[in-house]
Amino acid sequence: MATALAPVTLHADAPVNRKLTEEDKLALHRQMVRIRAFEQLSLQHYQGGKMAGFLHLYIGQESVAVGTISLLGENDHIITAYRDHGHALAVGMSMNECMAELFGKATGCSKGKGGSMHYFAPDKNYWGGHGIVAGQTPLGLGLAYGLKYKGIRGAALCYLGDGAVNQGAFHESLNLAALFDLPVIFVIENNGYSMGTSQHRSSAFKSCLAERASGYDIDWELFSGEDIYEVRARTQIAVERAHNESRPSVLEIATYRWEGHSVADANKLKYRTKEEVERHQQQHDPIQIWKRHLLAERVATEDELKQMDREAFKEAEEAAEFAKSSPFPEPESIFEDVYWEVDNRTESGRTGRHFFND
Amino acid sequence: MPRSLSYRHALREAFDEELARDPMVVVMGEEVAQYNGAYKVTEGLWEKWGDKRIVDTPISEAGFIGMGIGASMLGVRPVMELMFWSFYTVAWDQIINNAGMVRYMSGGKIHCPIVIRGPANGGTGVGATHSHTPENIMASFPGMKVVCPSNAHDAKGLMKTAIRDNDPVMFMESTALYGELWDVPMNDELPGGELLIPMGVADVKRAGTDLTLIAHGRAVITCLKAAEMLKAEHQIDAEVLDLRTIRPLDEEAVLQSVAKTHRAIYVEEGKPFCGIGAQVAYLIQNKIFDELDAPVQRVCSLDAPAIYSPPLEKIQLPYPEVVVAKALSIC
Ligand SMILES: Cc1ncc(C[n+]2csc(CCOP(=O)(O)OP(=O)(O)O)c2C)c(N)n1
Ligand SMILES: [Mg+2]
Repeated sequence: MATALAPVTLHADAPVNRKLTEEDKLALHRQMVRIRAFEQLSLQHYQGGKMAGFLHLYIGQESVAVGTISLLGENDHIITAYRDHGHALAVGMSMNECMAELFGKATGCSKGKGGSMHYFAPDKNYWGGHGIVAGQTPLGLGLAYGLKYKGIRGAALCYLGDGAVNQGAFHESLNLAALFDLPVIFVIENNGYSMGTSQHRSSAFKSCLAERASGYDIDWELFSGEDIYEVRARTQIAVERAHNESRPSVLEIATYRWEGHSVADANKLKYRTKEEVERHQQQHDPIQIWKRHLLAERVATEDELKQMDREAFKEAEEAAEFAKSSPFPEPESIFEDVYWEVDNRTESGRTGRHFFND
Repeated sequence: MPRSLSYRHALREAFDEELARDPMVVVMGEEVAQYNGAYKVTEGLWEKWGDKRIVDTPISEAGFIGMGIGASMLGVRPVMELMFWSFYTVAWDQIINNAGMVRYMSGGKIHCPIVIRGPANGGTGVGATHSHTPENIMASFPGMKVVCPSNAHDAKGLMKTAIRDNDPVMFMESTALYGELWDVPMNDELPGGELLIPMGVADVKRAGTDLTLIAHGRAVITCLKAAEMLKAEHQIDAEVLDLRTIRPLDEEAVLQSVAKTHRAIYVEEGKPFCGIGAQVAYLIQNKIFDELDAPVQRVCSLDAPAIYSPPLEKIQLPYPEVVVAKALSIC
């Protein structure tokens, strides 16, 4: 039985994976189960009426954020769309600040001002959290431009969905990236759907979405995101291209979201079948796949991994408690964080009228 | 017998009737067909009218809105959904420079009979990027028409008119109103056999003598609640005037009402700077200065990007109590 389940290990032999210690491998697992636990708890509290607006869950896609971000160093930067909780936890944001943001509390990562779609942590090279589809793509390009301009050897990882590839801003960004030799990596997290629209109903393409990059003379790759070894092995090539040649890449990573587009998605079992969802849950769960590696390599026992699940869940529950007991922002804070000059009481901020309530 | 219809259902009826009347009408946008609309406004239309008339688009606002504008130059009458009006920024150039200006720049040779529609409201916890209320911005461009219905009846009648209009109409709805019910007559109860409301005609939603609350969109509902409170708690009898369309603007209705009550407050969910209220306040003081017993007042959204935090978001937008307080300050 154990051998029948043993995963293919080709990518495990990639240099970037061979150098992983047992502790590193466990840390990758911990990150993924933390993300899943966080999302499950946030769903529970959303349904309990603690949050407003949208909640886009990352369950099923954990290996993409965790695998790609695990490759990055201190000069590499990250930016993504509104499905941003997984990336936030993967870069090291705390569950407390992330959960409190969902609850709209002053202790949230954006002081309760941004909500689920707008997490930011520039101190961790994490530039959001963006609600407008593909609006983050020129920004990712700009992070790469900034790195190059400042003479820093780094890369900007810009995530987008399979639906976002059809925005003009993304295409303009590709052209600029190639033209200016910018160290940006566009990661298309292809989960098969943009809201209720399957990839084939939204995009015209030859073999895959990433192939569009070839029209801009940008290197591209298409691969499965279910196995962290593969995600790391293939993404590393793009990271090195960015670091060593200052050249862009487009990676299309096949993945799957288990939940609806957002929690409000009433049609989540209409545009795709229950069987399709279950097949991904049973056969392509990135956490189960990684777990099989860990067991096969004897990095951990079943019990140790179960313990890790429990810890993650406990951490998420504590984060929810933290969020619940945190205060809401004060009404005056509505007018803070609008203008830098006003907040910092500079000459400029004190000259002329900035706000127009009566 | 009047029947109750939700705001979204009333809009759907308008589309359905116009699709039947004119084969050039096509409904288009993200998730409008097979998904039945993100907010179910177009529910059932794809099933009834099929792929040619009800079209799902990719997430390419600049592309598909521009496509609709181009098709309208050739006589197609597209009704384009922005899933949120907030996404107009992606299609900004197409809407303003093409739909808004091609008639003028061609010396009148070309026109754009297009409707761009969708929800334009805050208050639903989706953050600053998704909570824009651009009626003042759109109305600031000559060439544009802007409609903001406050209820199902007006939504249906104005939508049918907008689709038949030969100029670009920016039609702004509210997710907060989609599920609310109003009386909407059946067609066979109407003299002309259908519900058509002209643009540029305001509507007195509540008659009063002491003060005029002027508003558009959901703020009209806020004003009606405030008017009830003013009556019950302060014996102040407020008139509520619903502009319904921002451009063209029914100036006569505003002046008539304020000349009667001598006091006016503009209530809107947009921001104060260059808001609709600023325009209306200018109008009032310019035309009937001598009729005023107090300066014209405004109640707007608090002047910052839309905050997420639910209890603060609630107070950022106008609510009946602030309207009442403002009224008491001038009555
Ligand atoms: C400009 C713009 N248009 C539409 C939307 C509404 N919307 C939000 S997410 C989404 C689907 C995006 O799908 P995809 O890019 O595949 O990302 P996924 O949700 O699958 O992660 C849509 C239509 C938006 N937020 N911004
Ligand atoms: Mg997708």
